[in-house]
Amino acid sequence: MSNFRTIGLRVALACATTLAAFAGPVAAQDFSGKNIEWTIPFGVGGGTDVWARFFAPQFSQALPGQPNVVVLNVPGGGSITGANQFATRAKSDGFEILGTSASTQFPAILGDARVRYDYAKWTAVLASPTGGVVYVAPDVGASGPADIETLRSKEIRFAAQSATGLEMPVLLAFEMLGLNIRPVFGMESRGAGRLAFERGEAGIDFQTTPAYLSSVAPLVDSGKAVPLFALGVVNADGSVSRDPSFPDLPTFVEFYQDATGAAPEGEAFQAWKSLMLAGFSLQKMVVVPRDAPADIIGAYNAAAQTIVDAPDFRERAGDELGVYTQLVGADADAALTEALKIDPSVKDYLTNWLKQEFNVSL
Amino acid sequence: MLDAALLALGQVLAVEHILFLVVGVLIGLIVGILPGLGGIAGMSILLPFLYGMDATSALGMLIGMVAVIPTGDTFTSVMMGIPGSSASQATVLDGFPLAKKGEAARALSAAFASSLFGGVIGALVLSVAIVVARPLVLSFSSAELFMLTLFGLSMVAVLSGRSLAKGIGAAGMGLILGTVGTAPATGEPRMTLGIDYLYDGIPLVAVAMGLFAIPEIIDLLKRGTAISETTGLGGGWLKGLRDVLRHPWLVSRCAALGCVIGALPGLGGAVVDWIAYSHAVQTSRDKSQFGKGDIRGVIAPESANNACQGGALVPTLLFGVPGSGSMAVFLGGMVLLGIQPGITLVETRLDLTYTIIWSLALANIVGAGLCVLLARYVARLTQIPFVYLAPFMIMITMFAAFQATRSIEDLVALIVLGALGLYMRRFGWPRPALLIGFVLAPGAEGYLYQAVQFYDWAWVWRPGVLIIGAITVVSMVLGLRYGAEVSSEGDTDPAAIATRPRQFVLAALFLGVAALCIANAFGLSFLGQVFPMTVGLLAAGGAIWVLTHLYGSHPSAVHDDDAALALDGRWSGRELYLGVFAAVVLGIWLVGFLAAMAIFLPAFLIFAGKAPPLRAGLLTLVALGFIYGITTAMSLRLPEGLILGAFS
Repeated sequence: MSNFRTIGLRVALACATTLAAFAGPVAAQDFSGKNIEWTIPFGVGGGTDVWARFFAPQFSQALPGQPNVVVLNVPGGGSITGANQFATRAKSDGFEILGTSASTQFPAILGDARVRYDYAKWTAVLASPTGGVVYVAPDVGASGPADIETLRSKEIRFAAQSATGLEMPVLLAFEMLGLNIRPVFGMESRGAGRLAFERGEAGIDFQTTPAYLSSVAPLVDSGKAVPLFALGVVNADGSVSRDPSFPDLPTFVEFYQDATGAAPEGEAFQAWKSLMLAGFSLQKMVVVPRDAPADIIGAYNAAAQTIVDAPDFRERAGDELGVYTQLVGADADAALTEALKIDPSVKDYLTNWLKQEFNVSL
Repeated sequence: MLDAALLALGQVLAVEHILFLVVGVLIGLIVGILPGLGGIAGMSILLPFLYGMDATSALGMLIGMVAVIPTGDTFTSVMMGIPGSSASQATVLDGFPLAKKGEAARALSAAFASSLFGGVIGALVLSVAIVVARPLVLSFSSAELFMLTLFGLSMVAVLSGRSLAKGIGAAGMGLILGTVGTAPATGEPRMTLGIDYLYDGIPLVAVAMGLFAIPEIIDLLKRGTAISETTGLGGGWLKGLRDVLRHPWLVSRCAALGCVIGALPGLGGAVVDWIAYSHAVQTSRDKSQFGKGDIRGVIAPESANNACQGGALVPTLLFGVPGSGSMAVFLGGMVLLGIQPGITLVETRLDLTYTIIWSLALANIVGAGLCVLLARYVARLTQIPFVYLAPFMIMITMFAAFQATRSIEDLVALIVLGALGLYMRRFGWPRPALLIGFVLAPGAEGYLYQAVQFYDWAWVWRPGVLIIGAITVVSMVLGLRYGAEVSSEGDTDPAAIATRPRQFVLAALFLGVAALCIANAFGLSFLGQVFPMTVGLLAAGGAIWVLTHLYGSHPSAVHDDDAALALDGRWSGRELYLGVFAAVVLGIWLVGFLAAMAIFLPAFLIFAGKAPPLRAGLLTLVALGFIYGITTAMSLRLPEGLILGAFS
């Protein structure tokens, strides 16, 4: 329970030790007396905001000279508004940074007309992955891949936010499995979708890891929900491994293989992996303009390393960040570059699929 | 359960906890008093302290802040006719007329006492309900929530005043404005006219401030007196307390109402004040004073809106789904403290749950108590010649509107809607009806769409739907029978019949917007067009009805505040003031907020207020310092201006 709480002395000590290790490139940079403005393109209290506010004071401590890190919320347009604003207005002096999430990444991949930002101009300093679980109501009568025909045989409703949001890879997974899912769009949040499931309106649902652990696991224990599969962790090389938060649940790929007898392949699977990389493997990211001074980017990387290396980081991060390995510095940046590479044919596949299935034009 | 409750009581009453709670309450009051700011601004002040605090004290501070926002916002609603937040919209209807009558202190103390009792009753209900509320919340599906939005819309019948036709026209216009932006079901842009700003819809604060604040400021300037028409504070704050004690059942009923509505995720505080208000109207024998300064019109919404915060904790704690805007902020704060809200929390940490609930009760007592003490002094503002207050109110209004999306378009929207509000007021169109339509449009559309998708048309036969439907019908019938006595737009000028051509123009404008909405809807997919088509037809029907009434010189529709002046060939000067405000916006766009205000404030004080230059300069300095101070303290932003922006 005690997670995002006491930062205290230990971190300060840890900072000092690790800073010493990075002293070489960092010593030239001193942020003291500076204000760092961290744009968050979402409202206060949401997932990305809380994530940023967890990291903000730690960046403040870990950066040389202990600058003031201020979170600036610019909500709207499913994060496109704030990211656009950052892209057009932010100076590249390194004192303005941006926090992004899956709903910032997906429109960029899909080439949404409203997007005026370009991830290639940003470098990632820190990336937090997440995962999620797909579960069904007990009256659906399915508990695993063996029940695939039961699942396919009925129309099941799914309460979703939008076709192009966080649920996109989930909807694509349903499509690949050949399920007869009827999505109901317009939910205000994943939480609202969960309420619809609990009311019995939706028969299938999906939650990201923290919400699943706090609100769905009790339903599973009392027999009101049956987990089918975790999405799994898509690695940079394209392999898919089990989600460390749910080692006992099959991944989507395992589920697919057991249900259909063949490994998933083709454009749909390529598209799924691209979406998973950009939306889950790097769900939330801290980015800095790529043309910011190299020593400043170096200082951010070192600070991010310090934060995640702190001995009590795991404990403080709690369920909200989960057990996932935070990507830092060059690793994060390489993963970002990889995730944003999308094959034109895969992109066309996604565009057509969205148009045909959900009548969404980008 | 009992031992957890006792354990929590000990924690709540610990000195440290109370201290932090009071800090939270003070910040909540400041944030509540300033219109346009809400829990979000308060949160940005508290957050830096939250980090590293012990959970009980931190929760106390957060709850203290969130709980009193609907208490503090009463000041602007009563004293200035500006709805401080969505929870105090209905308070304006009778609170502001009371202030004009010189009874601001009475209205304020009645409001705060109601807030106190409402908040405490809400917390008491909650402490029992939290362990059993799960099935109740789950029994309200999208279908029932849709019916509740219809119930909210039926309040238009009460708030239409003399002309139901104008009420329907205004509510239809509100619904149309509410559909601007992306369609919830399909994500298509609607009525955006190609303007990027409109993709996210028109912000509520621009609508509320434009409709209410701008016309009232102009009207008061035109009258050239203080807000209060009488000297002497008459009425007094003790009288307000007695008013509340004389209506214990009204307070309890409205508190219960607020608690239940607050507990339904998705509806939240936006409608609860209107529902409580019309409940007060419908259950009162003498309705002649509503809209003109009936104290019950203050007591009802204020009892309900604080109880609503208690109710809103139910879905927040039980499901991790925020029940209102400020609860979303509170939820974020909890996660930051390492507490994951949800059923696990209530089942395993009942003591923490009770700490939250009782902090809520305590915060309401502390907050309302402080406000009652303040009310006596703040009420004196209504005695100051209004021409001195006006420029500062304009500054605050623009500051608040700009916080909506932090773009200059917010201020443009404020002026455009201000013009609409100005003419609606002049020609007797009920502005509350428009506001209700606007607030309920997204919910009505979203829930109807969901209900149809989840249940097909069988949702109509759900028992909850039938019950709420029956209540709506009864409420409409009562509203139509008695509503004519409630007028939010004042009495008409007897000469109004002669200025009908002008009145035709406004009604025709409403018809034009409705036609535009319908035309725009033709280009959309089926799911995106159903709602705008429906509300467009409704608004068009209302506008045509008004036009026929005007054509037939029907007394209910004919209304022009400035008819006598216009016939004399004189000009009321309202447009001049609006023009000045528009010029201020232009100035802000060019040179930035602070610079524009540094010119506008002294100029207005000297030329319009005939203030000595030294005093004008001093007042300006204080005002700018204040705005700059809160902007920095709450890490907000002010418009920078083109010229400055070009150099940076």
